[in-house]
Amino acid sequence: MRTGDIERLFRDEAGRVLATLIRLVGDFDLAEDALQESFKAAIEQWPATGIPANPRAFLVSVGRNKAIDRLRRGILFRAKQRDLEIEAAISAQIAPTDDEDTVFGDDILRLIFTCCHPAFNIEAQVALTLRAVCGLSTEAVARAFLVGEETMAQRLVRAKKKIRAAKIPYATPGPAMLEERIDGVLAAIYLVFSEGYAGTSGASLMREDLALEAIRLARLLDALMPRMPAVAGLLALMLLHHARRAARTTADGDIVLLEDQDRGLWDQAAIAEGLALVDRALRVPGRPGAYAVQAAIAALHARARHHAATDWPQIVGLYEVLLRLYPSPVVELNHAAAVAMVDGPARALALVDALDARRTLAGYHLVPAVRADLLRRLGRRDEAVAAYRAAIAIAKLAPERRLLAKRIAELG
Amino acid sequence: MQYLLLIYENEAEGAARDAAAMSAMMSEYGAFTQSIVQSGNFKAGDALQKTSTATTVRVRGGKTLTTDGPFAETREQLGGYYLIEAKDLDEAIGIAERVPSAKTGSIEVRPIFVYG
Repeated sequence: MRTGDIERLFRDEAGRVLATLIRLVGDFDLAEDALQESFKAAIEQWPATGIPANPRAFLVSVGRNKAIDRLRRGILFRAKQRDLEIEAAISAQIAPTDDEDTVFGDDILRLIFTCCHPAFNIEAQVALTLRAVCGLSTEAVARAFLVGEETMAQRLVRAKKKIRAAKIPYATPGPAMLEERIDGVLAAIYLVFSEGYAGTSGASLMREDLALEAIRLARLLDALMPRMPAVAGLLALMLLHHARRAARTTADGDIVLLEDQDRGLWDQAAIAEGLALVDRALRVPGRPGAYAVQAAIAALHARARHHAATDWPQIVGLYEVLLRLYPSPVVELNHAAAVAMVDGPARALALVDALDARRTLAGYHLVPAVRADLLRRLGRRDEAVAAYRAAIAIAKLAPERRLLAKRIAELG
Repeated sequence: MQYLLLIYENEAEGAARDAAAMSAMMSEYGAFTQSIVQSGNFKAGDALQKTSTATTVRVRGGKTLTTDGPFAETREQLGGYYLIEAKDLDEAIGIAERVPSAKTGSIEVRPIFVYG
């Protein structure tokens, strides 16, 4: 047995064990401390005894006992009525055994809904989810947000205080709230993915670890709530985008655009999984979800053997569905780019100019970047160069700026 | 657990309501209050007079400073409150969304601090 095996096991189990401990001990902080202590005990014991047949049950049971110990020690000093009540409650709880997978499933679902409760802002939701559900260290969560560890630790402490002070329930929301709450959870997961797919700043384009965490969360949610088409839609969307990761950059970290990507590098297993999920999400009667429609667009790209074989008319049609059901300026921009492939750059430029005039996407480098590409295709060289320069001025990632500079160089 | 539901509404819009809309609002509030009394969630609740009747008091360096008007000028003003008993934040949110003014104004849900 290697330390690496134990560490991997901890990463895999942390979320579920913590979720169950929170239910058993009724307190987020106490459960977190208990989890750390049970990991410590495992590291001490397992090299000699080997990993037990049911490591999760071991970790829950040790954690539960550590929490009781801690409360008893606290009671000696403070003799608090509330602690006595908690201790009695914990002692009465029975930890789940091996075959109670549904119990663990329900616990982790409760934890996800607690972490993504709308009483937190989205940054706090994501931070709590990465820390508690994904088992990332505070330092790793801080790195994901590009903030210092101290800042992140404070943010997490504030969020956990709010759980207690406002009594945010540790529960899966009832039917009346479920849909709104799932949308919130999915938004948080998608934010994690987007940050991993194309960071908002920094030297490299992708941070694969974050994209993988988001996919892992969505898979977990999909397994626990298989009848929720929105979950399947988001998972499909992420898988179909993630499938292109190896083709999206050169060895030097330069961006390779969709049209130039080596499609042989696309991850066919991820594509197959994504395509099946899109079908499942869209087969549900009623208005299709925003993620499912976006996933359907990604599916059309994934199905095209080469760029020229892309079904652009259908992609334009799907963007029009999105614009009707879930309008947003970013969707408008993507729609315009797809229109260029069907009706030519002149019509697309009119759409982008109209969008640009409304200034709703001011500061988003892809508006001038798309404009520049359209102007270039129309042979309006000087205007194209000016638009590329405008895009470089506001692009936040180094690879994006390099791509835009290359375009200017090509125009001579 | 107790929560204070603070009801914020735009006073100018409220004052502009005609008599029919006003009485519809009143009966909606009557029915809502009745329902949370019956469910046992109701602890207290009142409507407040307009912010033009408010006085703000501060004591700085032992000196009392009394000024007219509410503490801060905002787009929506505190117009009333309910003090409710709820098992957790989700139950409180569920009650807050049924406050008639939630459709036109905003309801702030604040947990009551428990000492000890």
